[in-house]
Amino acid sequence: MHLALFLIFGAICVAGAINLLVQSHPINGALSLVVVMASLAVEYLLLGAEFVAAVQVIVYAGAIMVLFVFVIMLLNAGVEEHTKGSRVALLFGVPGMIIGSVLIAWLLLTNSGTGAVAAGALPGAPRDLAQLLFHEFLLPFEVTSVLVLIAIMGAVVLASKPEPLPPPEEER
Amino acid sequence: MNIGLYLAISLVKIALALFVLLTAVAYTVWLERKVVGHMQNRWGPTRVGPFGLLQPLADGVKFLFKEDLTPPHVYTPLYIAAPIIAVVFALTSIAVIPIGNPVTIAGHLIPLQITDLNIGLLVVLGVTSLGVYGIALSGWSSNSKYSLLGGLRASAQMISYEIALGLSLVGILIMAGSFSLQDIVNAQAGTWFGFIPRWNIFQGQFFAFFIYLMAAYAETNRIPFDLPEAETELVAGYHTEYSAMKFAMFFMAEYANMITVACLATLLFFGGWHGPLFGPPILRAILPVVWFAAKIFAFLFLYIWVRGTLPRFRYDQLMAFGWKFLLPLAIANVIITALIVALKS
Repeated sequence: MHLALFLIFGAICVAGAINLLVQSHPINGALSLVVVMASLAVEYLLLGAEFVAAVQVIVYAGAIMVLFVFVIMLLNAGVEEHTKGSRVALLFGVPGMIIGSVLIAWLLLTNSGTGAVAAGALPGAPRDLAQLLFHEFLLPFEVTSVLVLIAIMGAVVLASKPEPLPPPEEER
Repeated sequence: MNIGLYLAISLVKIALALFVLLTAVAYTVWLERKVVGHMQNRWGPTRVGPFGLLQPLADGVKFLFKEDLTPPHVYTPLYIAAPIIAVVFALTSIAVIPIGNPVTIAGHLIPLQITDLNIGLLVVLGVTSLGVYGIALSGWSSNSKYSLLGGLRASAQMISYEIALGLSLVGILIMAGSFSLQDIVNAQAGTWFGFIPRWNIFQGQFFAFFIYLMAAYAETNRIPFDLPEAETELVAGYHTEYSAMKFAMFFMAEYANMITVACLATLLFFGGWHGPLFGPPILRAILPVVWFAAKIFAFLFLYIWVRGTLPRFRYDQLMAFGWKFLLPLAIANVIITALIVALKS
């Protein structure tokens, strides 16, 4: 039952990701990404990390992706224009991708020494997360918040209008 | 209990909850028309049935039979999906709302809640955040300047006030120590001196309640924050190009969101279903649900009362209010609550 749910939502996730690449209109791509985020949240739920799953939906799917959708709407981004495909890219790209993914899969399968973990075996309760975040990892937490503050300030500076020049002084 | 019985009980609960919620949505519309009518010194619906009580039925039939027009240049997949998204997420949050004490039927203890998730409150917040997509996508896909502006304004307003909404609830969480709605309500049982109830609003979350109320009014796009759908401003905002059942779905989503907000406010700040219990056991089992319904009704009446009374905010006033006033106040509430709880323990 657990495996069936994992496979179903993993398949939805991968299908959403492939759809993101295949769609020609950016809004469809953004909505496919929302599907990917939501199925990832279900995967977190299957691992027993329910707080992380809820926060994934609230923050990622519910705020960050909304901003993506906003930008696409405001810029009135239209359908992507089709350029002539390159045959060389197809000749080297498709086998390269297949070889690359097989390599990565083989590496992951041979080196995942821990085996399966039961759902709920790892700490995921909000209380444990808070303990880790605000005691062991307090410095990285604060540094990350300063980073976000710098990003916000940069965005405000980039988006603000330049100050008007003072009027030229009259020669007397 | 075995999985089959659990599934059957859950299906019955889902069917009952949906039926009650949809009827409540229809009759909230009736209540609004009557109350706003009386406030404006006129009758409201009176012709269809006694006191106009069959008006929602007439409205439903009207919406079903109206011409479902799809304007020519809309982006059809999202045009059709947007009201569906709006109404689905509006109706989903009822799944974690408990309405009374667990009852014992035929030897099984059945909680009056479709599912008691231990992240119940976060699920409601998450579903509310996803509901923004219905409005943003409807505004854009309608391919009309009024719809686009209304949709963008509405989604910007909703994501701005979501932050103040979530932060105002953090004080409750700090005091209750759990995300589960059952636990939060059970922490408000009992009374002081025998008659003052131990509701969270009296336990120090007074300002948090008002922050929550204002943020919730902005989330549900109701007056005084209903600029995105004001008729004098933007024709009808994001639902300009919709007719018949699709418009009815937006309508239902808005009123279902109102009911969810009212449910959350009673559960988190007003003790949920706790109230004086008296009488024989059968009455004692039903009374909590009656108290819950009475508190929901009070909040819906407050929503409608505010709608009939206040003028609406201008858009820049609205955004300034959310970011520069409510958000700092909510953060201050979190800090003060955390300090007091930490000093007490």
